[in-house]
Amino acid sequence: MKVIVCVKQIPDPATPGALDSSSNTLKRDGKLILDESDAYGVEMALQLVDAAGGGEVSLVSMAPNSETAGLRTALAMGAAKAVLVSDPALQGSDALTTAKVLAAAVQRLGGADLVIAATESSDGYTGTVPEQMAEVLGLPSVTFAKKVAIDGGTLKADRQTEAGYDEVTCSLPALISVTAGVVEPRYPSFKGIMAAKSKPVDEVKASDLGITPVGWAGAGQSISNVAQAEARAAGEIIEDDGESFGKIVAFLEGLKVI
Amino acid sequence: MAINNIWVFAQASNGAPTSGSLELITKARSLGGSISVWVAGDGNAIAAAVGSYGATKVYGVDYGSNLAGAAVASAMKATIDGGDAPDLVLFPQTYEGRDVMARLSVKVDRTVLTNNIDISVSGDSVSVTTPIFGGNTLVTSTFTGSAPYLAAFRPKSFAPETSGGGAASVVAVSVPDLGATGGAKVTATHVEETSGPKLDEADIVVSGGRGLGESAKYELIESLAKILKGAPGASRAIVDAGWVPYSYQVGQTGKVVKPSVYIAAGISGATQHMVGMKGSKNIIAINKDKEAPIFGIADLGIVGDVHKVLPKLIEALQGR
Repeated sequence: MKVIVCVKQIPDPATPGALDSSSNTLKRDGKLILDESDAYGVEMALQLVDAAGGGEVSLVSMAPNSETAGLRTALAMGAAKAVLVSDPALQGSDALTTAKVLAAAVQRLGGADLVIAATESSDGYTGTVPEQMAEVLGLPSVTFAKKVAIDGGTLKADRQTEAGYDEVTCSLPALISVTAGVVEPRYPSFKGIMAAKSKPVDEVKASDLGITPVGWAGAGQSISNVAQAEARAAGEIIEDDGESFGKIVAFLEGLKVI
Repeated sequence: MAINNIWVFAQASNGAPTSGSLELITKARSLGGSISVWVAGDGNAIAAAVGSYGATKVYGVDYGSNLAGAAVASAMKATIDGGDAPDLVLFPQTYEGRDVMARLSVKVDRTVLTNNIDISVSGDSVSVTTPIFGGNTLVTSTFTGSAPYLAAFRPKSFAPETSGGGAASVVAVSVPDLGATGGAKVTATHVEETSGPKLDEADIVVSGGRGLGESAKYELIESLAKILKGAPGASRAIVDAGWVPYSYQVGQTGKVVKPSVYIAAGISGATQHMVGMKGSKNIIAINKDKEAPIFGIADLGIVGDVHKVLPKLIEALQGR
């Protein structure tokens, strides 16, 4: 079984995000790491290949500056190889262009029985790329899958809904997006980390994939204004002295909700 | 070109349009032109309701056991090809809304701008506003290129208001042959019942996070929510950890809530969470770490241990 996982390499979410003042794009010039949301997809892929009794997990990623730090983390978990699309011309790409680029990277790997993505990235969180990729690739899709199994060539998933969840069956090949928590991602072992250093990363430009135009030139939007939102006025912060619950009670009384 | 024809993807729950759908129809009225609503299912069920908010037509897609994404987007594309081409399509930022807009975006080869909280039209130009960095920065983007412009909005971005309009006319639309993209079928539907008010409609929300320490302690959140006749919620961290179902999640990926009172217990205030609850009228936060970002937006912040503060609070409220 052949599985391809879309992984995003993002600035460390622990450090505050910032916009580049000239381009109004998210700053991604520092070291990037594997988006934690994508670790679930990588783990899911590894488990499905194990359950199928063999196969291969490959990765596709789009990132600036030939960044591979996050890819190496996923390779250390057990993925075999990666296609990295890194191209200055891609700066400012919208979700649709990103989906076309990643779909082309999937095709460069010869396609797969299953493509897995997170439901959205932790930095840009547009949230449409997986389903857009499915449409570009002409695949059926199950988004927001919180439980996934493959049974006799058919995918079975529990898909999150507003009210609960749906049981869904899906023919293969297919694309799924998985929610965080679908499986517990493994930590890379020392052996895995060492092995990842020599695993192949095929770095390509957008033009190698036959994609034009890209970046701002291909985006269907331009940023017209960036403003600070009105800040909430600072409230009262107190240290608990064992009686602070009384403050909450008084606060709720003041609002007449109790 | 002005905006003459607006489509709104609406969703129905128990036969009635969701408030998120009605707020988009309301907003569409201020943008000009006629409003047609799309729904996955029988258009007749919601024709009177969406009509009273200003829609004049409902396209109901008989999607059978398909997932809404590929089915509705294909029906929309066929309708566009048939001559009814929208200038603007508005979607709610929901599971189904996201699927439909993503598929449609590829079919019409136009970008889709998501997570918006506002939209404005000025002549030929359509702009949308998106909060980023947990809501402290607002980015306004203007669509370039030709229509249709596709945009998705976070729930509760606008206030629904009736227009007094009559029932919308109903057009039943069948799903074109989906080919391979129709390979996903729903075989069973499960509703996860919660007692008490719904999370995104409750006037009081009590949410718990990693600071609770262990799954069993979520009981404190449920007890407090029950006493206050509110709804229990959760941060992504404890949903990911499997302590509570996904439907409890407040935040970017979960529900957007705007209650009168939001109580965050043991939640540090990750961007992911704050996006979903920042619009609450009053915020009370309880957290051990006085540097936690949640205190930056709290009206009342208690720097303390939730395991000490919550039981006393519950006891005090029970005695009333």
